[in-house]
Amino acid sequence: MSAKPAITASEPDNYYGYRSFHIGGFAFRRDEYFVHVAWPKGNHTLSAEVFLRALQRDVAWNFFYGTVNFDGVFGTLNHYGTVDMFAGRFNDAYVKAGLDYSETFAAGPLMASFKTILDDWTNRGYDPFAAPEETARPYGRKNGENRAAIERLRVTAERMVGLPGDTPRRSDTNGYPVNRHFADVPQDEPEIHPEPGFEGEVSAFSLFAYLSRSDVTWNPSVCSVVKESLYCPTSEEFILPVEHGNDRVEWFMQLSDEIIWEVKHKDTGAPRARVVMKAGDICAMPADIRHQGFSAKRSMLLVWENNSAQIPDLIASGKAPVVPVRF
Amino acid sequence: MSDVKTIFGSLQSFHKGGVEVIDDDPRNYVFSNVFDVAAKAKAFERIAVGKNFEYVVECVRAEGTSPWYTCAHDEFALVLDGKVEIRLFKPDRALLAPDRSGAVALTERPTGRAMGRILAGRGHLALLPKNALYQFHAEAPSVMTIQTIQGPLTIERWAEICQTA
Repeated sequence: MSAKPAITASEPDNYYGYRSFHIGGFAFRRDEYFVHVAWPKGNHTLSAEVFLRALQRDVAWNFFYGTVNFDGVFGTLNHYGTVDMFAGRFNDAYVKAGLDYSETFAAGPLMASFKTILDDWTNRGYDPFAAPEETARPYGRKNGENRAAIERLRVTAERMVGLPGDTPRRSDTNGYPVNRHFADVPQDEPEIHPEPGFEGEVSAFSLFAYLSRSDVTWNPSVCSVVKESLYCPTSEEFILPVEHGNDRVEWFMQLSDEIIWEVKHKDTGAPRARVVMKAGDICAMPADIRHQGFSAKRSMLLVWENNSAQIPDLIASGKAPVVPVRF
Repeated sequence: MSDVKTIFGSLQSFHKGGVEVIDDDPRNYVFSNVFDVAAKAKAFERIAVGKNFEYVVECVRAEGTSPWYTCAHDEFALVLDGKVEIRLFKPDRALLAPDRSGAVALTERPTGRAMGRILAGRGHLALLPKNALYQFHAEAPSVMTIQTIQGPLTIERWAEICQTA
C-alpha cells in the first residue's frame, strides 16, 4: 500500500485556473474540455464531463461495491478499507502490452483526495449528479464552485423511509419537487389506519412518488432493509457515468420505463450481452461482468444488493458462484 | 400540462424486454417479468423472481383474501398493480424462533391485538413488521413483490419463468 501522502496539489494554472494533482504514482490535470491522467507507464485522456460524473459517483458511493470503471481504462477497485486506483488493469489490450498499473491506498485519504479534485474541478452551475438537460455544462476555464451539489449525502434508511427517526419522505416543502420527467406520476400516499399504540409500526409510503422527486440520477439509495438485503431504488436518465464491475451479484427490477444495459466481461471488457429492461422486468447482473445503463427517459430502477461482507471473498475464491441461480 | 408519459406495467399491459446475447448464456441473467409471473400464478403463491444467497424477492398475485402469515424478521411489500389491503395483528407472543427465516402461513389466527391496516396502491411500499401477523386482501387481481428471506413458502420455478434462449 502506498505510504506516500495521499495528494499534492499545484497552484492554480495561470490560464485554465484549475489545480493539478498527484496521488501516489498518478497525476491528474484538467483543461477546458479534458482530464488527463498519467501514471508511470502511460497517459490517458477523458472528457471532463465523463470524469466528473464518474468521480461524483465514486465519492457519493464511498467507492461502492467492487470496481468503478470511469471508462475502459481508469477506475477504482474497493477492498473495503483499502482501494486500488488503476489504469488499464481491466483492459485486455493494456494488460497484454504491459501498460497496466495499479496502486493501493487507504480508503479514507483517497476519498479525501477525490473530494479535493471534485471540488476544484466542478464549476458554478454544473451538477455532476444531474441529467445533462438539467444542469450547466462542465467545460471551460475555472469558474467558481458548486459545493451544494457535490456534497449531497447518499440516502441510507436504517429500516424504511418514512418510519419515525428514519430517512424522511420527499416533498415540495423539504426541497424535493417532482422531476419534469415524472410530472404524470401520481402522488397519492397509502392509507394508514393504525390502532392506538401502533402508530410507529403500521407504516407505508409511496416509493414511486419518492423516486419521482429524486434530484439526482444514478445514485442508488437504501430505502428498506431486511438484514443484509438492501432495496436501493434510484432514478436514471442519460448514461450511467461508470461501468460498474460488481464483486457480487446485483439485481435490477425496472419499475418504470426502460433501460438498456451494455454488459461486458469484468476483466477484459469484451462485450457479452445487451439487456433491455422494461417496466416489471427483473434480472441479475452476474458477479463476473461490468455493466453500463442507458435511459432515454428518466426511469425508476430498483437496485437490490446483498450487503454481506463475506460475499466478495466467497466469489473471488470460487466458493460461491458468479450467478445467483442455476436452472 | 406536461406531455410526459411514464410507463408502468400491469397485469393487463406489460411488455417484456430481454437478454440479447453476444457471448453469454441468457440464463446467467435470470431474466423474468413480475407481471408475466403473476399472470400465470395462483393467488398468493410466493414465487421467487430474485435470489441472492438466502435473500429473495418474491412475486405475489394478490386476489381475494390470503392466509395469515408471520415472520421473525421484517419484510416489505411493494404493490406494482392494483390495490391491496394489508391487515396487521400483534399476537400475544412471538410465534417463531428469532433465527427463523422466511414467512410461514398460519391455519388460524392466535390471540392478540389488531395493529391496524394499510390500503396500498401502485408504487406503495409497506412494512410487514417482524413477529406481527399479516394478511392480504385484494378485491381485484393485483401484483406485489415481497423483500424477504427464503422460507418454506418460497416457490422456485426459474426454468418456467426465466428467459432460457
